[in-house]
Amino acid sequence: MASNSFVKAGVLIRLIIRQDRMRISLWLIGLTFFTLVVPVAFSNLYGTEQDIAGIVETMRNPAMTAMVGPGNLENYTLGAMTAHQMLLMTAAVVGLMSILIVARHTRVEEEDGRIEIIRSLPTGRLSYLNATLLVLVGLNVVLALVVGFGLFALGIENMEIVGSLLYGAVLGATGLVFAGVTAVIAQLSDSSRGTTGLSIAVLLIAYLVRAIGDVSNQALSWFSPLGWVTKAEVYGANNWFPVILMLVITTILFIVAFYLHAIRDLDSGFLPSKPGKKYASQFLLSPIGLVLRLQRTGIIAWAIGMFVLGISYGSVLGDLEAFFAGNDMMEQILIQVEGYTLIEQFLPMLMIVMALLATVPPIMAMNKLFGEEKKERIVHVIGRAVSRSQLMISYLIVAIVNGFVMLSLTAIGLWAAGTFVVEGGLDFSTIYLAALAYYPAMVVMISIAAFLIGFLPKLLSMIWLYVFYSFMVLYLGGLFQFSDWVGQLSPFGFIPQYPVEDMKYFPLLLLILIAIVFMIAGVFGYRNRDIL
Amino acid sequence: MTILEVSNLTKRFGKFTALDGVNLELHKGEILGFIGPNGAGKSTTIRVLLGILKATKGDVTIFGKNAWSDAVEIHKRIAYVPGDVNLWPNLTGGEVIDLFIKLRGSSNKSNREEFIKKFDLDPTKKCRTYSKGNRQKIALIAAFSSDADLYILDEPTSGLDPLMEKVFQECVMKVKQQGKSVLLSSHILSEVEKLCDRVSIIRQGSIIETGSLSELRHLTRTHLVVETKQPITSLQELKGVYDVEDSEQGLTFQIDTDEIDNVIRHINQFGIVKLESAPPTLEDLFMRHYDGSDEHAHTGVRGEH
Repeated sequence: MASNSFVKAGVLIRLIIRQDRMRISLWLIGLTFFTLVVPVAFSNLYGTEQDIAGIVETMRNPAMTAMVGPGNLENYTLGAMTAHQMLLMTAAVVGLMSILIVARHTRVEEEDGRIEIIRSLPTGRLSYLNATLLVLVGLNVVLALVVGFGLFALGIENMEIVGSLLYGAVLGATGLVFAGVTAVIAQLSDSSRGTTGLSIAVLLIAYLVRAIGDVSNQALSWFSPLGWVTKAEVYGANNWFPVILMLVITTILFIVAFYLHAIRDLDSGFLPSKPGKKYASQFLLSPIGLVLRLQRTGIIAWAIGMFVLGISYGSVLGDLEAFFAGNDMMEQILIQVEGYTLIEQFLPMLMIVMALLATVPPIMAMNKLFGEEKKERIVHVIGRAVSRSQLMISYLIVAIVNGFVMLSLTAIGLWAAGTFVVEGGLDFSTIYLAALAYYPAMVVMISIAAFLIGFLPKLLSMIWLYVFYSFMVLYLGGLFQFSDWVGQLSPFGFIPQYPVEDMKYFPLLLLILIAIVFMIAGVFGYRNRDIL
Repeated sequence: MTILEVSNLTKRFGKFTALDGVNLELHKGEILGFIGPNGAGKSTTIRVLLGILKATKGDVTIFGKNAWSDAVEIHKRIAYVPGDVNLWPNLTGGEVIDLFIKLRGSSNKSNREEFIKKFDLDPTKKCRTYSKGNRQKIALIAAFSSDADLYILDEPTSGLDPLMEKVFQECVMKVKQQGKSVLLSSHILSEVEKLCDRVSIIRQGSIIETGSLSELRHLTRTHLVVETKQPITSLQELKGVYDVEDSEQGLTFQIDTDEIDNVIRHINQFGIVKLESAPPTLEDLFMRHYDGSDEHAHTGVRGEH
């Protein structure tokens, strides 16, 4: 009986909220905070007509349009600026939020067998899906209202109530569309990984279709829900049609998801699940092959991310002069040296940020060694004829190569986009050398992680504190006028700020030596301790 | 020939003493049952044997080599199956089996197919979709298709169905016939009874009993049900008689095995109509040791309290 299909959804809504109250709160707070802090920052950065003219020039290139979509550059008020530079990205993140939460309460719970228990109780067939979607509706409505009224409450000129509410509504509606997309995919796919993976793929494809459309053919952008985000022309024409379109699509997606859920068996999907490999490939059959295979997806995702990061930094190099003119804060961070172009002066700061970000994936790769131990899977490897040294060295090699690839891709991305937008192009060897100078410091960080795994595995997460410390001290060091030794508590503090400073190889050599000592010690410790 | 020898093994984690002077011995071609309740130290002992934990005190040798420092050499001839098999969710069962066999060093493809068939496993599925029993099958297939000299099995059948349990028992008997040795830690006492030549019982980090099943039975009581023409008197006063109860089938009680002769002579006077005796099961033995209040625990070293 249809009316019984939704029984007890209310109780289940409370169950979902109880499970996710932290998660939901953090998403809400984070999204609201970053949305509200940007226009305030903009109003400080772009106080004068001249500042705005500068940023308009920076934005007026296809690379920017591909990244953030078209904007109202003719009348680039603070509102238009916020909507242009922030709305699309934020909407994509809201989409991601919806994907993760919906996947969590559909396929993940089904795979873990919790839905089975709930279905065995007197609840409706569709109740849990219904409860999940209702929670998402509530979450996105709250997000829309908080952001909408929050933006208006900032009291910034040109950010009037209608535009602000539309800003929030676009975010919430995008969230709902991707909640619907994920709910449908959760019925089609038969695994939680497949559900999350396919849904994120849809999000990325939507972003790409829109990027291509915005640059070449506006009509194409209408095929992507993320294209509709920019069509709303928030703080300009304030077009509500895209929001209505999104709500209609959401409703259709929800109905489809309910229908598919009602006609399928628990634990089954509609997409054929192709059987996996019956035999292992030769590649997998060694400790290092196993390490690489287990980290494959993560490495590829990070590599793409780092490359895109490089491109996005590179694409703003074109109009640095206009961007920095009159900006006191930025001028303070930069090293002021006569005889160098602004780009050259800007490079070291970019490099620190990029090098520290590129340090994250290799450390994650190294830390997996302890992760495997905690998940009690390491025993399968060292319980066989694999020595602990061999195992740890495999992880070290993967992490060290990983770091090199990440750093290189960031530099290549920066150069590729930069040389496209900067008049006269950029010298590749200068940029690549400036980036690679940070490699020894990165290797030191990896070696410290290895050392901790060998001796103090329970304190392994401290390595992230150290990375964060390095970031704070070196990125903001110029601003706060710290003494040198504060920066030199981090290996990154010893790196010559090429090309503004000369390349000095001695500190780099020293860092590599330190790294080798930590690694040898780490292997020694790992050989001699109890495995959890 | 002694394959595995543990003498006076002590393992402390900080102040907590997990193992307190454990002694074990396993000979070639023998199956040793290793039983004890949860938390008694079975898995800790096994992890020391595998060189995953370092002994605080005591000697652990396998094939005459040191379990800690020669771990890799030893592992080339060992097959280990853990009780909780945690696998990589995104690898298939087939991939994991190949990996396990390869990491040991040897490879024998024909064996692999045979055991996959025997244990009825679909190797093309990702590990995340396998149930506990199926993950255990993967570890068992990898273990039995490798050509090991010593099998260390830590509660290997806790997730298997009775059919698969039987397949498992056949596999164990087969490796025994080939002269291999097996250390079988288990909760399933009937299985231990069926398979093992000798049994070691661990409690609170110490071995409290070791011996063949018949030796151990000697230490315990036989269960008797008796019906007599005249009511039996003064049975309770006899030495070695316990838990006398009147039931519909007759008088039931337990006697110490070495007092059987005396007791039967006594009962005989009352005219026996029916006499049933059940041998002590491993379970009785086990229960007796873990009852806690057992005043008759006599042999073996007891753990500190």
